[in-house]
Amino acid sequence: MTALGQPLLTKPVSAKLAATPWGFFLAIAVLLFFVVAAVFPAALATHDPYAMNFANALHPPSFEFWFGTDESGRDLYSRVIYGTRESLLIGVGATAVSLSLALVLGSLAALAGRFASAAVNRIIEVLFAFPTLLLALLLVAVIGPSAMSQVVAVGVGTAPGYARIIRGQILKAKDSGYVEAAVALGHPRAWILRNHVLPNALRPLVAIFALSVGQSIVWASSLSFLGLGVAPPSPEWGALLDAGKQYITQAGWLTVLPGLVIVVLALAATTLGKHIQNILEKDEK
Amino acid sequence: MTTETARTAATAQPAPTTQTTPTTQPASTNPATPLLRVEHLHVGFTRGGETRPVVNDVSFSLRAGECLAIVGESGSGKSVTARTIVGLTGANAVVDAETLELDGINLTTVSEKAWRSIRGRRVGFILQDALVSLDPLRPVGKEIEEALALHGWGSRAARKRKVVDLLESVGVPNPAVRARQRPDELSGGLRQRALIASALALGPELVIADEPTTALDVTVQAQVLDLIAGMKERGVSVILISHDLSVVARLADHILVMKGGSVVESGSAHQVLTAPTHQYTQALIDAVPGGHTRGERLGPALDASLPAPDTRAPLAPSDGPVLEARDLVKRFRGPGGAQSTAVDHVSFTLDRGTTLGIVGESGSGKSTTARIALALTSADEGWAKLLGQEWTSVTESRRRHLRNRIAVVYQDPLSSFDPRWTVERILVDAVAQADRPTTGAAARSERARDLLRQVGLSEQVLSRLPLKLSGGQRQRVAIARALATEPSIIVLDEAVSALDVSVQAQILDLLVELQDRIGLSYLFISHDLGVIHHMSDTVLVMKDGRVVERGTADDVFLRPRHPYTQELVRSLPTLEDPGASTARPGGPSAVDTLPAGAAEAAPR
Repeated sequence: MTALGQPLLTKPVSAKLAATPWGFFLAIAVLLFFVVAAVFPAALATHDPYAMNFANALHPPSFEFWFGTDESGRDLYSRVIYGTRESLLIGVGATAVSLSLALVLGSLAALAGRFASAAVNRIIEVLFAFPTLLLALLLVAVIGPSAMSQVVAVGVGTAPGYARIIRGQILKAKDSGYVEAAVALGHPRAWILRNHVLPNALRPLVAIFALSVGQSIVWASSLSFLGLGVAPPSPEWGALLDAGKQYITQAGWLTVLPGLVIVVLALAATTLGKHIQNILEKDEK
Repeated sequence: MTTETARTAATAQPAPTTQTTPTTQPASTNPATPLLRVEHLHVGFTRGGETRPVVNDVSFSLRAGECLAIVGESGSGKSVTARTIVGLTGANAVVDAETLELDGINLTTVSEKAWRSIRGRRVGFILQDALVSLDPLRPVGKEIEEALALHGWGSRAARKRKVVDLLESVGVPNPAVRARQRPDELSGGLRQRALIASALALGPELVIADEPTTALDVTVQAQVLDLIAGMKERGVSVILISHDLSVVARLADHILVMKGGSVVESGSAHQVLTAPTHQYTQALIDAVPGGHTRGERLGPALDASLPAPDTRAPLAPSDGPVLEARDLVKRFRGPGGAQSTAVDHVSFTLDRGTTLGIVGESGSGKSTTARIALALTSADEGWAKLLGQEWTSVTESRRRHLRNRIAVVYQDPLSSFDPRWTVERILVDAVAQADRPTTGAAARSERARDLLRQVGLSEQVLSRLPLKLSGGQRQRVAIARALATEPSIIVLDEAVSALDVSVQAQILDLLVELQDRIGLSYLFISHDLGVIHHMSDTVLVMKDGRVVERGTADDVFLRPRHPYTQELVRSLPTLEDPGASTARPGGPSAVDTLPAGAAEAAPR
């Protein structure tokens, strides 16, 4: 299962970060920076992200151009800052799509009648059998490349894994001693579902949400990199990677630096998620 | 089967020629020199630079062929003391002792490598739960064989033979077949025997048994105790650790009573059991329930903070029994489609203000019977009526209004509480389910406080999560919740089985008190004959889903008629007649009465 955890990140690094409290604060600081970049990009950018200046084309990183410039002489750092909003929205949007779909599928698989739940389970299994990226590619091919289709594609692609988690959580809560105690007290089924099963089953989703935002950005960037995302002039991060790959031998910074930014953001989101998970688990045990 | 002994070159004393063949006489060690000497032992655990003492100034000595019992409740330091002797206290433990000697070897300076030649070879260690102590993926024979191989014992073929011999010597029937089975294919008793066999594999002079029978049924417990008695007769020294004085009564020569890390009493078994000098020991002895304690308190009376007897009107017209069950049958489909009958034509009647005890060993169907009585599991045949009304034979929505008439307390209260809910929310939720629900948040909260007072808890626990409470407090909260709906019946499913003896005594006293004041009826399910005898007016004895005997508690336990009940009663360890350490006739070789893999068929 690649959906939860670390498709591109190395586990030891994020685990080490998760173990120290300063890792938690660092993650929050990084996320705050990107939130500011998404809301007020002008406050953080040093140049106009769209202003072309062919005299400065493919300028390596310097004091003037922190991340260097691209083939049209645009400042890469400012483009990364201006691309934050779209990248974050795609990440958050895809996560929302993914978890909503997972919630519906997972709940049905756990709670519906015997035949309905068996059918939903088969659907989840079939979706699960596809590699996430393949499923996303398929959807983009059908809908056509755009930011919206990226959100849907990544959302649907990562949903089966979360659906399985949610189904397991609900089943666990449903079989618990406290649900039986509630039945013995005479509470109706719907009340028990609302007051015991769902709250306990969905508690871990807070952590999963944070983890998933990081993953979704990585998946979405992968799609953009394959040319199946946002159209080129946009400074969305995956698109930056895609544009930079032609110059990878002469101007490596065009791919390496946006790639690093993606890694840093995903790492921060994952670290935050792990911390939330730890806190929730400490609460429970 | 002779073992190499006295491997240390520096033996300043005659080598104890310990042998494990049943025919050999007890070891001929000089009785004046103890095998194990522990003087002024202190153990602490370090965490975050702070050392928390868990064992304070413990001293004892043990001669060959003697049995020392260390008795205490959870947190008394008894297990840590035992682990210190085999160097297994863990990395963060600080061990300090004036003397810690095994047969002249100073155990405080032994290297990790030297420990390996002591553990197993000279000291055998038997843990409580054989299921977690044995590798679940390996046949038990392999496990024992490995212990032998680790110490370079014999050739491969010789080891294979030795394993079968060992299993046979601990009374495992068909040892050659059993050796090839994995732990989960064996019954609890057989697993514990396999574990004992592996502890005895290299013929150690000293065996430490940490709660060796706690997870076992009473008849199996008796067999395991017989086995330990047999070891002792062959000259093996035994340190027996238990929370239960009656378990050690038969075997121990000396008893050490520990509390909070310190020894509160030590002396000969006879003296400690019959004339204890410390009041804690006396309290422990008094806390053991049984036939002789019927109608008496097990512990000192609580302060008079309890509210006056309930003056509310009788809960329901009191004609006829509160719960009546007829010919209940429940079948479960086992693996491979084989059907097993968990409950086989069980009938009973529970009268107002009385207690019906159901006693039986694991797999007897007593818990399934309780679940049917609670209408949490449907019966395949038969019916039960609650307060004269249809109960198990109607749909959930038609019986829901009766749910508040019957409450339940489980063995593990923690899992019966929503982990997110505070004690207050748990109780307020239950209060609202009563027939005449208390209205208004303030009134409900007041009722929750009232319930806590009734079970002897302070209001301070209201805001806490059950997780942060002690085992006894959790069980009291569970009882408070059961009382909240003002039920007529409380089903107590092994409700005191996981508690320390003194806490169990408090809970049992509380239950008796509540019954006297409110006129509750109890359906009391337990494997513990002493608890059932103490609590019950009438008793059902269940075996393999069937009721084999029924009657008043005294009739059943003092004059049992059915052979199975007679065996149960015989197996029950008692505090009486300490020092009578002879093995029961037919003891270790008695056939394990449980089929292999016998497990509770209930889905829980």
